[in-house]
Amino acid sequence: MAVNRITKENQKLVSISTYFVAHNTTMLRLSTLRSRAPLLGTVRALATSADAAATPNRVHGGLKDQDRIFQNVYGTYGHDLKSAQKMGDWYKTKEILQKGDKWIIDEVKKSGLRGRGGAGFPSGLKWSFMNPPGWEKNVGPRYLVVNADEGEPGTCKDREIIRKDPHKLVEGCLVTGRAMNATAAYIYIRGEFYNEANILQGAINEAYKAGLLGKNACGSGYDFDVYIHRGMGAYVCGEETALIESLEGKAGKPRLKPPFPAAVGLFGRPSTVTNVETVAVAPTICRRGGEWFASFGRERNSGTKLFCISGHVNEPCTVEEEMSIPLKELLEKHCGGVKGGWDNLLGVIPGGSSVPVMPKHVCDNVLMDYDALKDVGSGLGTAAVIVMNKQTDMIRAIQRFAHFYKHESCGQCTPCREGTTWLQRMMDRFVKGQATEKEIDMIFELTKEIEGHTICALGDAAAWPVQGLIKSFRPLMVERMQQYHDKDNSTVLYGGWVEGGHVQEGVVAENPVPGHH
Amino acid sequence: MVRAAVRSLLRQATAATRPTAKPVARTFITSASTRSDAIFVHRDTDYNNPKIPFSFNTENRKVADEIISRYPPQYKKAAVIPLLDLGQRQNKGWTSISVMNHVAEVLEMPRMRVYEVATFYTMFNREPVAPNFVQLCTTTPCMLGGCGSDSILETIQKHLKVKPGQTTPDGKFTLVEVECLGACSNAPMMAVGDDYYEDLTPETTIKILNAFAAGEKPKPGPQSGRRTSENSAGLTTLTSEPYGPGAFCQPEFQ
Repeated sequence: MAVNRITKENQKLVSISTYFVAHNTTMLRLSTLRSRAPLLGTVRALATSADAAATPNRVHGGLKDQDRIFQNVYGTYGHDLKSAQKMGDWYKTKEILQKGDKWIIDEVKKSGLRGRGGAGFPSGLKWSFMNPPGWEKNVGPRYLVVNADEGEPGTCKDREIIRKDPHKLVEGCLVTGRAMNATAAYIYIRGEFYNEANILQGAINEAYKAGLLGKNACGSGYDFDVYIHRGMGAYVCGEETALIESLEGKAGKPRLKPPFPAAVGLFGRPSTVTNVETVAVAPTICRRGGEWFASFGRERNSGTKLFCISGHVNEPCTVEEEMSIPLKELLEKHCGGVKGGWDNLLGVIPGGSSVPVMPKHVCDNVLMDYDALKDVGSGLGTAAVIVMNKQTDMIRAIQRFAHFYKHESCGQCTPCREGTTWLQRMMDRFVKGQATEKEIDMIFELTKEIEGHTICALGDAAAWPVQGLIKSFRPLMVERMQQYHDKDNSTVLYGGWVEGGHVQEGVVAENPVPGHH
Repeated sequence: MVRAAVRSLLRQATAATRPTAKPVARTFITSASTRSDAIFVHRDTDYNNPKIPFSFNTENRKVADEIISRYPPQYKKAAVIPLLDLGQRQNKGWTSISVMNHVAEVLEMPRMRVYEVATFYTMFNREPVAPNFVQLCTTTPCMLGGCGSDSILETIQKHLKVKPGQTTPDGKFTLVEVECLGACSNAPMMAVGDDYYEDLTPETTIKILNAFAAGEKPKPGPQSGRRTSENSAGLTTLTSEPYGPGAFCQPEFQ
């Protein structure tokens, strides 16, 4: 029979494909498990090839000064061109540019750099989307858009880069722009960073004057311009398509994708939006080599990263460290430890307001990288670590985030516009405990209705903190409600209505916290 | 009156069919008046109406032309946000309807498109503000960090005797609560005008406010004595001399 007459080579192929099928099933199973039990500390054991098992005896952290990219993050030296050149910026940039787009992208791919703006998409791959086969035939401008609309609560790394190492960013624009074959870069900087924008403009002017930008940039024969665009205070403009809308002079409301910006972006031309930190590390990666960058952190989470630590630590600071550093080490080594000692820790939000909070038992040995934090049901986000000790009113902390998202929702998608308002009103009552226990399930369901039903990720970001609160601190919420009930011996109904509360002329009257729904 | 009667009738009717025995004080008319952070309508007032003239002065006109030149000529309107900001700066810190109309004229775009933008972005003040525009961040990291933004808010409110959103009677200060300003490692912080004042305590806050009231400009940045966002107990990183050009690079870039 024909089936029996398979040659040896075919046999080999078959066995390889079976291997892949088997391997894929395991991967699938792992991922299902992970999504089912995201907050169990034990899930760490299920880790992928990126786990410590792949690189045994490797303790991450303890980055040496010679491997730090941002050497002026504390403003010890000047931010002018001369000081920057002394620290190695703009050194042999011409040679990098002349290596060509493919070489730069390959080097970045080798380095394993993942986007530093929160989503963690592999940067080399993203940049290569700008150069599909036959891209040269689409004649006209192409843009690199740098996202400096840093608004994520807890995040303050881009500001440090812009005001102290502006030339890293400007040179990064040129190198990244070369990789994408872009003709110009727009740096969209948030409006509140007025002084920072001035410093950056100064750096750009210096670079133009020295012939590093503009026509024949660095003498490489490549023309490139860099412009600054100041935003005016809208968190949602940190979303790439909203940012493009805003840059075009409209209200910052995200666009539906596809078409993706790499096809139709800013001013209808191919564009790519990247974070400040991603762009700023590119020249150093090219000069020192992708392998160097990839030698830090676990596999697929490589590199160095600026961590900004705020909240209840003795010495809050911004620090560049190796990826995959244990959270505990990060806090104790660089931030003087948690206020009141490690045992006084209540929870940590590891990546800015948009990721769920982790309770202490998870914080004890979690590593700070994309995969490890995803495994425990949180995320690295922008690596903005918000620490909360046991003196924190956790419900109020999350309620404040709910207020933030309500304030920042652009109002385009109904689930987000209405949902964020609803979340905030419920959370207002939860802070006091003026609610029923069933409403916890109700708000959880509500977050599920918002999550994934909006154009951009702001809806998801609004939902996750509340979900994290319920997953990790539900007993606290119930206790708060019990306290409220006991205090006044009052019955609270759905929607926080108490006896005597009513609507008078369209306004809620005689209800401690107004219930509206 | 009629509506109220119908409402109470309906309420009785639904209350009767409800399975719970407890007296329920809840109506099914649940939507309340919308309270937004800012109003989205314009009503002519004596200080804000289209008849008040506004145009860029010569210096700002030059700046405006420079800004417009950054964008492709057929996308002139991309300059609307920077130009509105320029207008706001010229117009004592707030964007009146005349500013919006002038920007629309300069960029040759419909006025409504400018109004859309001016109402969307929170940094455009559509009501007059005092020369010292105090923006206090009260988002969670500031709420937690240092002495906490709650105590700073209380201090400012007591000291200036205003609530967020109000201007002092002497017209020197306007206080607003804002969302994250992006200086979280230096919490709590506030911005006065364009400058950030970080690592605040109630005492330093009062000192800053007093200085502004006296017409001085206190030094921006952290008020605790640290330079920026480093560990204030002593540097944990970057203690050695910076490496120079070409150091540790691949052979071809050395």
